[in-house]
Amino acid sequence: MAQATETAALAVPKESPVKPDAVLKHAVLLLAVFVALVPTIYMVMTALKSDDEYTFNKIGFPHALVFDHFDVVLFQSPFFQWMGNSAILAGGSVLLSTVVSCLGSYAIARMQFAGRQLLFSMSVALMAIPPVVMVVPLFVLYTRLELISTYQGAILIYAGLITPFSVYLLTTFFRTLPKELFEAARMDGAGDFLILWRIVLPLSLPALLTLVVVNALYVWNDLLIAVLFLQDDAKRTLMAGISVFQGRYENQIPLVMAGMVIASAPMIILYVAFQKYFIRGLMAGAVK
Amino acid sequence: MEQTSRLKPYLYVAPLVALLLFVFGYPLVQIFEFSMKLIRGIDGPWIGFRNYELIFGQDLFWEAVRHNLQLLVAIPIMVAWSLLVSILLYDRLKGWKVYRILIFIPYILAIPIIAAIMKKMFQFNGPVNEALRWIGADFLALDWIGSSDYALWTVMLLIIWRESALGIILFLARLLNLDESLIEAARLDGANWWQRVRYVILPQMRVVIEFYVVVSVITILSSVFAYVYIMGGGRGGPGTSTMVVELYIFGAIVRQSLPGIASAVSVLLFLVSLLLIVPLFAVRRRANEEEVG
Repeated sequence: MAQATETAALAVPKESPVKPDAVLKHAVLLLAVFVALVPTIYMVMTALKSDDEYTFNKIGFPHALVFDHFDVVLFQSPFFQWMGNSAILAGGSVLLSTVVSCLGSYAIARMQFAGRQLLFSMSVALMAIPPVVMVVPLFVLYTRLELISTYQGAILIYAGLITPFSVYLLTTFFRTLPKELFEAARMDGAGDFLILWRIVLPLSLPALLTLVVVNALYVWNDLLIAVLFLQDDAKRTLMAGISVFQGRYENQIPLVMAGMVIASAPMIILYVAFQKYFIRGLMAGAVK
Repeated sequence: MEQTSRLKPYLYVAPLVALLLFVFGYPLVQIFEFSMKLIRGIDGPWIGFRNYELIFGQDLFWEAVRHNLQLLVAIPIMVAWSLLVSILLYDRLKGWKVYRILIFIPYILAIPIIAAIMKKMFQFNGPVNEALRWIGADFLALDWIGSSDYALWTVMLLIIWRESALGIILFLARLLNLDESLIEAARLDGANWWQRVRYVILPQMRVVIEFYVVVSVITILSSVFAYVYIMGGGRGGPGTSTMVVELYIFGAIVRQSLPGIASAVSVLLFLVSLLLIVPLFAVRRRANEEEVG
């Protein structure tokens, strides 16, 4: 159909101002938007229905808005505790990984030493190893050391898993900084640590922010490590909590949806606020 | 003085090396050793390749492998849908930036959240079937989640729905980098929309498509745990219809406490991911070159 209309447009050298094919294109794009948004719309609408209403009205708008489920989720379920745990893990592991990677990447990008290229290549290759391959020995080791269900144990694993990407991103970024910058600083008598702290890091702020977005999201959204290494109720992360919550209230679907609204709210708010930034970060993360 | 400056690089990389050795090095060596042992608790006797023989002779393992391979069917659909939407977005119709923001939302939502929502939507008496019956498509109102014939396909729908958002954004980023004079020249030569897409735009997108395919293959073979864990109720259900390799490893270590078996499967998955590193690096290098050039 698009073809036919285009051929018609060809007869006239200049494209006519009214383009019927634009209507078709809008229609396809609107369909794509609809498909992308349906689960979110369903989630919000269902969360506002009473259990009774949901049994006979599954796709329509709610007749009466009911906020009870949010009350249950926020004040009678450990959602805040789960979010707190996720925040501790994301914060801790991103901090640890960033410090370690900044030091390492600076050396890889700016210093001469044996094994430099090998370290970089190995680190980049590790990005392609799925985390599930590593969990068995770590689980056995952690069981023996009683590190299961401890923040420090999980933070260490998460920090390790996100570090290859950090090294890749930071090293490539550090290499793009002009050489003169370093020479000038060295002339002024600055040592390596001072150069890294005062010159390289401030210049690397965009790269560092991308890194924090990607890595924090990875840890926040992870389920595998969370269900294996944080089994204690008090240490459960948001994603592990959700999987328990949706199973426990199997038949109270509006309640489950209220939980999902609360759980997804932070990400959706951040996305709307920092939309451009998020897309860049997520692309960089997926591309690893 | 000379001594310290020669040592200095090693001080900088020491924490990095230690962290990588602990989280990657130790486990990657250990899975090979564990896979040759009959482990109860933390250690056990050496049994050679018995663990491998055991899993190769087990239907459940092959079923898990088959399910991962079956999910690869999603990739052509993801590529086609992402291409269609990204090329339409590239036409930059009125409002395209708003479309773009909304179309990326599936990739913002965490997998466990979206899997929990979809699980309710696709229930036998859920809204999807209700809508299908309402439009008269009763024959399509399947037991999406509860039937072992369809459950894996429903998981695949979810994967397509979410991972396509990434494809659209990747492809669109490439499109916005294209040399527009070529497309304009084709337009002046009288090429219609389809001809411009087929002969001018698509050939220039080859590298980014290949890249997306390789990344998606890696995702589907080794990172679908969160999808199936929620959709399949933690056990790959109904029955074993959504069992995948990652879940098999998880079950072997957590439910059966058989680190030896779990490690043998980990070794196999590790070898597969090593094989995939080669094409990944090749396409990534080419994609980066394109970015520069």
